[in-house]
Amino acid sequence: MRIQKRTIGLIVYLVLLLLPIYWMLNMSLRSNADILNAFALYPKDPTLTNYVKIFTEESWYSGYVNSLIYVSINTAIALLTALPAAYAFSRYRFLGDKHMFFWLLTNRMAPPAVFLLPFFQLYSTFGLIDTHIAVAISHCLFNVPLAVWILEGFMSGVPREIDETAYIDGYSFPRFFATIFVPLIRTGIGVTAFFCFMFSWVELLLARTLTVTNAKPIAAVMTRTVSATGLDWGLLAAAGILTIVPGALVIWFVRNYMAKGFALGRV
Amino acid sequence: MDKWEDNRAWWLVVPVFLIVAISAIIPLMTVVNYSVQDIFGPGQRVFVGTEWFKEVLTDRRLHEALGNQFLFSGLVLLIEIPLGVAIALAMPKQGWRASLCLVLLALPLLIPWNVIGTIWIIFTRPDIGLMGVAINGLGLEFDHTAAPLDAWVTVMLMEVWHWTPLVVLLAYAGLRAIPEAYFQAARIDGASAWATFRYIQLPKMRGVLTIAVLLRFMDSFLIYAEPFVLTGGGPGNATTFLSIHLVKMAVGQFDLGPAAAFSLIYFLIVLLFSWLFYQALQNVGTGDKR
Amino acid sequence: MINLEWMAWTAPTATFFITIGVILSAMTTWQLIAPSPPRRGFLPLTTTPGDRLFIGLLSSAYVHLGWLGFTDFSIWFALGISVIWLIVLMRWG
Repeated sequence: MRIQKRTIGLIVYLVLLLLPIYWMLNMSLRSNADILNAFALYPKDPTLTNYVKIFTEESWYSGYVNSLIYVSINTAIALLTALPAAYAFSRYRFLGDKHMFFWLLTNRMAPPAVFLLPFFQLYSTFGLIDTHIAVAISHCLFNVPLAVWILEGFMSGVPREIDETAYIDGYSFPRFFATIFVPLIRTGIGVTAFFCFMFSWVELLLARTLTVTNAKPIAAVMTRTVSATGLDWGLLAAAGILTIVPGALVIWFVRNYMAKGFALGRV
Repeated sequence: MDKWEDNRAWWLVVPVFLIVAISAIIPLMTVVNYSVQDIFGPGQRVFVGTEWFKEVLTDRRLHEALGNQFLFSGLVLLIEIPLGVAIALAMPKQGWRASLCLVLLALPLLIPWNVIGTIWIIFTRPDIGLMGVAINGLGLEFDHTAAPLDAWVTVMLMEVWHWTPLVVLLAYAGLRAIPEAYFQAARIDGASAWATFRYIQLPKMRGVLTIAVLLRFMDSFLIYAEPFVLTGGGPGNATTFLSIHLVKMAVGQFDLGPAAAFSLIYFLIVLLFSWLFYQALQNVGTGDKR
Repeated sequence: MINLEWMAWTAPTATFFITIGVILSAMTTWQLIAPSPPRRGFLPLTTTPGDRLFIGLLSSAYVHLGWLGFTDFSIWFALGISVIWLIVLMRWG
């Protein structure tokens, strides 16, 4: 009986959780005129015109392409730099290691708003405004520390006897790292890549400030549409639904690592 | 458990150090430079000492934003932590149902932050939103674009909707790590559900809950995109949190000096809390690691 | 790094960063030559000299802010207080 009550509570919560997302999906399948005309709990006359428009109009689909480009660059940079560093933190004690580790954390916690002004000046000086690389590097501010922390969490779970045995067997450090260690923590690397991807994908402030047109991310395209007069709710909803797709595609594979990733590898 | 001691490990950290130095140290230095000057344009600037800090520290709008921020972050913790723990306790322990719950729960966490705002605009608009229409249908006036209280409630609701799943995921991970033997022992002793929770589950969740509290506090402290899209900080300054206030100053009015001084104060607050977070994490680590 | 104009350097801030840089390098050299084990002073934590330096600098920043926010005296007093506090912390903290 008590179990029953719990389950009901859980189901109610999950329904409430999905309701706003369902509502956006509902909107995305209706034309703007239909939305404004009648209130309906489900699309009576479902249409895909909003999605078609996004996929055919360059100003819309280029937003997704831009986001994907800088997010991929950022994930690659973050992983490549973080892998050796995370190994160092998980295996060695060295001068200032804890301070360094803490300093990385402060960057993960720092408000992007604080870095907005100097970033804009810095990238203007080097003529990098409105390029994908500028956004990719600026997102390293929080993604590199994130990657180091998560990877360190995963690496600390690998017993050190493995390293010792490999070194005794005559492996050099680079060879051991590439052929034995990296395959061992491939789950961790996958999870880290996923989180770097997500946090870069969801960020709006820096991406919006550092781009004008050529590298404008989908998030900025959407906020500019919001501020325009006479906005198209259906189109906006469709664009929103499409931004959820990349996360929703991989969510099944990382479901057991969600807690670990969000907790910076500390769970 | 002792790590190898070797200062050469520094070489492995150098790439990370360089890239984070470019994105953190140099900009921070610049912020410090800006904060002591009045900048009119390229090459035109005057040293003003600590004047901006004085101005910002005694600025009523900063106090308002700071008050808003602490109230917001405090409420976030008060609501999300108990709710998250309760949901985690109700979740099935294994099987496809558990997986399904996890996937559904994680969904809001993976939505871009500005889209979260968009979802909630669409959801709460009095004319087209399900929630807006439902509440108005009950005969209550509700409009988050006009009434400050409604705006506050909506932003809070959005935040709870967005991030409670994170607390659930963490609490759930903590619960799953408790060996079944504990529960069997509790059952044999005839412990009530409350006693089991109070004396077995809660203490065992201490570590993950510490992380949950700190993460939620820190992240809600930097909140920008969601309320920016939903309310734009308004109506008036009702939902202006620190980041929104700062961006308004920096980009909207282009007050470089005061914005920089404000940034530094903001950063110092974050630094203090990060440090407390780090200390707490290390104690968690030594207490009951895995 | 040719054009540093965008960073808007001034003499006081440059002095500030050089001082911090010198303190950090001195700390690093000292700890390289003679590593000090963590110990417990009047702070409720076990700290290394590096930790104490960080705590000292962070609290000094707050001292300065508090001084600016609540008093109208010269900021140099706050600096004096901070230096004394830093020395006390490094020695007995």
